This record gives sequence, C-alpha cells and structure tokens, in this order.
Amino acid sequence: MEVRLTDLTKIFPSRDKKDKSEVVAVDNFNITIPDGKLVGLLGPSGCGKSTALNLICGLETPTKGQIFFGDTEVTNLPPEQRGVGMVFQNYALFPHMTVEKNIMFPLENFKGDKKLTKEEMKAKALEAASLVQIENLMSRKPKEMSGGQQQRVAIARALVKRPKILLLDEPLSNLDARLRLQTREEIRRIQRETGITTIFVTHDQEEAMSISDLIVVMKSGVIHQVGKPQEVYDSPVNLFVAKFLGTPAINVFKGRIDKGGLYIGNEKVLDIPDTAVMNGENVQTDGRDVYVGIRPEGFILDEAGPLTCKLDRVEVMGRDISVVSFHDAATDAGTVCVRSIISAENDIDENEDTVKFSLKPAKTHIFDAETEHVLRFI
Amino acid sequence: MLPAILFLGVFMVYPLFDVLIYSVEENYNFASQVYTGYGLFNYSYVLHDTYFVQALKNTFIIVIITVPLSTGLALLISLGLSSIKRLKSLYQTLYFLPYVTNTLAVGLVFMVLFKKTAYSDGLINLLIKAFGGNSVDFIDGPYWAKIMVMCIYTIWVVIPFKILILTSALASVNQDYYKVARVDGTSPFRIFTKITLPMISSTVFYLIITGFIGAFKAYSDEVALFGTDLNSAGMNTIVGYVYDMLYGNSGGYPSYASAAALILFAIVFTITIINLLISKKAVTQ
Repeated sequence: MEVRLTDLTKIFPSRDKKDKSEVVAVDNFNITIPDGKLVGLLGPSGCGKSTALNLICGLETPTKGQIFFGDTEVTNLPPEQRGVGMVFQNYALFPHMTVEKNIMFPLENFKGDKKLTKEEMKAKALEAASLVQIENLMSRKPKEMSGGQQQRVAIARALVKRPKILLLDEPLSNLDARLRLQTREEIRRIQRETGITTIFVTHDQEEAMSISDLIVVMKSGVIHQVGKPQEVYDSPVNLFVAKFLGTPAINVFKGRIDKGGLYIGNEKVLDIPDTAVMNGENVQTDGRDVYVGIRPEGFILDEAGPLTCKLDRVEVMGRDISVVSFHDAATDAGTVCVRSIISAENDIDENEDTVKFSLKPAKTHIFDAETEHVLRFI
Repeated sequence: MLPAILFLGVFMVYPLFDVLIYSVEENYNFASQVYTGYGLFNYSYVLHDTYFVQALKNTFIIVIITVPLSTGLALLISLGLSSIKRLKSLYQTLYFLPYVTNTLAVGLVFMVLFKKTAYSDGLINLLIKAFGGNSVDFIDGPYWAKIMVMCIYTIWVVIPFKILILTSALASVNQDYYKVARVDGTSPFRIFTKITLPMISSTVFYLIITGFIGAFKAYSDEVALFGTDLNSAGMNTIVGYVYDMLYGNSGGYPSYASAAALILFAIVFTITIINLLISKKAVTQ
C-alpha cells in the first residue's frame, strides 16, 4: 500500500506557561512512500520522526494536512481502521501474557462478523510466529526471553492482523551490537517475504542505510532529503545531510572559491567552474565562502597533493588504514580531527610531521557557507 | 546483629510471649498477681462471653462489607482521577483530605449528619424526610442502621490511602501498553480487564491484605461514632473488647484480654495466609 503525506503538520502547544512558543514536530511533510518498500525515517533525536510515525499510525492527529493509504484518505480514521501494525521501541509486550496470548491480542479485539474462533486465532498466531521464527517459544512469558526474541514477538504481534503498513519505532535501539546486525537483516527478510510497506524510525544512519530501500533524512520537523541510501550519501543536498550520513563522519573544512579554484587555507585543492546550481538556481561561484565536505574515502595519499595536514596518528584496521590529522581550516569548521581512510597497501611513516593529500572530486562536496546548501556543477 | 536481636527481643518477642503466658494463667488477679494454674479456661470464657460474640460479629461484618467496597470504590475513583486532565490535583487533594483529618473530628461530622438530638434529626434524616421516608436514629437506633453508618464511616476513612496508592500504581503503568491497545482498537472494558487490572494486581492485593488487617483491628472509628461504652451500644469490636477487658469499666482482666487478642491474631493470621495464597495465583508479575 502506497503511503502519501500531503502538507502534513503537527504542532504541539507549549506546555510551559512562561514560554508560549509552540513545538512544530512535523513541518509540512510532502512525501510519497511507494508500495512494498522499506523506508527509514532518519534524523537526530527530537527531530519529530517518532511523531511522524505516530501520525501515520493514527495515535496522533495532525494539525494540518492529509494522509493517504493508496487512494483512501485515513487522516481522521482511528488506528484500528487504518490497518496498521506498530512495533514500539520498548516492544510493550504484556508481561502477564504468554507469547501466544500477546500475539493473539490484536485478533481478540475484532468485533461482529470479523470475530474469530479460538482455533482460527491460534492458527493465525502460529503463522505470524513462524514468520519471525519463534513458534517454539509460544508458551513463554516475555521476561523469560532475550531482547532479540522479545523484538520478534513484538513484530509477530504487529503482523498477525496482516496490516497494510508496518511501522517500527527505533526497532534496534534496545539490542546489543551483534543482535542489531542480525535483527536488521531479519527485518529486511520479513519485509521482503510479506511485501508489506514498512516504515521505521531510527537515529542510526548505518542502520537506515543498510536495509532501507529509501531513506528520509529529517531535522527539526523538516524533511531535508529523500532518496535511495547511496544517492543520499553520494549527493547530499546540504551540510546537515552530509554530516549526518556516513561513519566515520565527513570531514568539513572552511574554504573559499576564488578565480575558478577551491581553496582550503592557502592551498588550491580543486578546479571549480564559474557557475554552479544551488537550490535550483544558477549562481556565480567566484568569491564565495564555502564549506568543503570531504568523505574519509575521498583522500588520496599524494606526495605532490595540495592539501597538507599535520599528521597525528595512523590507525590500522586491517583492510584499510585510517589516518588522523589536523588542519586549521577543519578546526575552524568544527571538525576536531581530519580522518581519512586509505587502502592498507599505502605505506605511511607515522614519524612524519605532515601528510599530503589530493582529493577525489566525486567525494568532495561544496556547500555555501551562508545557506549550507550544496553547490552542484554540471 | 546482637543489638538488633536484643532490641527485637525486648520490644517484640518478650511482650508477645507475655501475652501468651497471661492468656493461659487461670484466675489471675491483677492486684495480687497470683493465679491458680495453667489452662484454656480464659479462651473458653471469652468465646462464651456474649459481648465477645457480639464484637466478633460486628468486626466480621465491618471487614466483609468495607474491604471489598472501599477497594472497589477507590479503584473506580483512581481510574476517574487518572483519566481527567483539568483540576486533577484539586480532586486528588480533596480525595486525600480525610486521610489527614483526625478520626474524632470526622466522627463529629458524622454525628451532625446522622445523630438525632432534641433539636435536630441530623442532615440525613432531613433528606429522608424530604423524600417522604420515616426518620431513623442512626446512632442510638436499630442495629442495621448503626452498622450501616459504621461501614460508611469506615469506608470514608480508609479510602483516601487506597486512592493515593492506586493512582500512583496506575500512573506507573507504561503508557506504551495503552498505545498498543489503541492501535488495535481495544474496547475500554478489555483495556481495563486485560491490561490495567493485571498491571496493578499486586498493588490491589496489597490493599486488600492490609485492608483486611486494618479492618480487623477497627476500634477508634467505633469510639468516634458511638462513644466509649461500645458494649451497651452493641457496637463493640474485638480490639474494643480487649481494651474493655483491660481498662474499661468492667476491666482489670489481662488474662481475658490476652486470650481475646490471641484469638484476633489467629483470625488475622489465617485470613492473611489465605489472601497471600490467592494473590500468589492471581498476581501475574
């Protein structure tokens, strides 16, 4: 089922009597989530992503705007009439019920013609449980299970009604690192098997990038960029998106465009055309102050390279090595240290004072210093 | 360890032991401190004493009526309190007021409401008359009227504490459970029976158990309503009987008092054990 949000806005009134300012948790969302895809809502905490999820679920009513599931408007429908399944961050499994009872809970709420017999409910619960591979745990209580197993029960409970949309709120945040890897593959598999349009919320960009068909990057209630993970990573629309995606994080330098050249400090690092596209408009590049974002993999170790950094240390990671260095222009832009990742085949002497790099243009993103929008060159 | 044992020994174990001894000393004379032998006569006397039987009956009626009613009412009020948003703290304060009010002062208010005097019939009687009924003397009148006032009074006194405990129990239930219920369109009744009640079941049982114990020990409430001569009012309780045997007009019989106290202890102990057994099965977390 396709999910379409138009002008969706949620404003929370101020709770503080002295400070009357309202909180705009979701600000004018216009987005279409295609049918059968796994979509990650990604943003720092407090950016309104959970509110967006609650709006789609029907737990919150929007201040403005509409929500469509397919061609049907569901904006004012209660959750149970929307056909959504929701998995909560802490799973919210009923501690006094067995796994089977927990999974059957949504089915027991059916009224009238839809009412199921006990056998039908048990059969459906078993079906949902086998989808997440917990059919041998049906008589356990939640506290007798590991975090990963509880997560599966929560997913089974959300799936048992065969929802049109599956919503997951921070599904992996309560799991340890190893389980997290395993569970995200699991979520991917379940989503593929069922074909249910799935929207999940996360603040972990790696999580979102690794399993999503589409990611929605947001901050302070505003959508910054929507796209396939690789697209968003490769061509961020602004400095925030560039900084938010990728580990290690992008290295940001203060820079300046002057007479067709991009300068970091006094060094000309790249040639730049005279005109660029910024936010859909053609602009002149000459004389513009910019931020230069360079992905860690965008550095090439080069004796004759233009960018000279003070070498701090080299971290060996086996497949590649991570070079940690300093540069004044980076420090000015708030980047504590410049981290570059180069192939382990390179040999680097840790006793040297400086290290020289040249840059890969595709991995170097230039943002206007004032608006922080990206400058694109055609 | 040793100081604790000493302390417990002196202030807890020795008095208990002493009560046990008193209760089996026959024909004990309080003044000369002599007794004729050991036996169970004191128990037999107490159990055959009509005042004790009356006190036992009164106590059981109070327990059986007030514990379930006060717990149920407190649950209803707490559910109401937790569902309102405006004026919540005002209502909470109002419901909690009886808890900080002195029992005797409350008794006075109940007198104004229920007592018939030469000048007034009491507020409740005025109401009964207004609806065309006959006035009843609630304080010196028929037994059922007195028991009714007694029960209303007891419920009124014990309910604030229960509301306080239950509202905090309700507030501590994770709101996500209710969100799960909302996603599935669960009816309010099912939310209450399947989620709320199981989640607060341990608190409810705590209140039932302490409620039973408290109601069995009722005494001061009766004094507040019916005065100190509870035997003649027919409204004595077991604790009242113990007190009368010790210090009342017919007092000076520590042996009878001890026997009655131990009978009360046996009853409370048995009921508490039964309660605990039931709660172990019913409490789910």
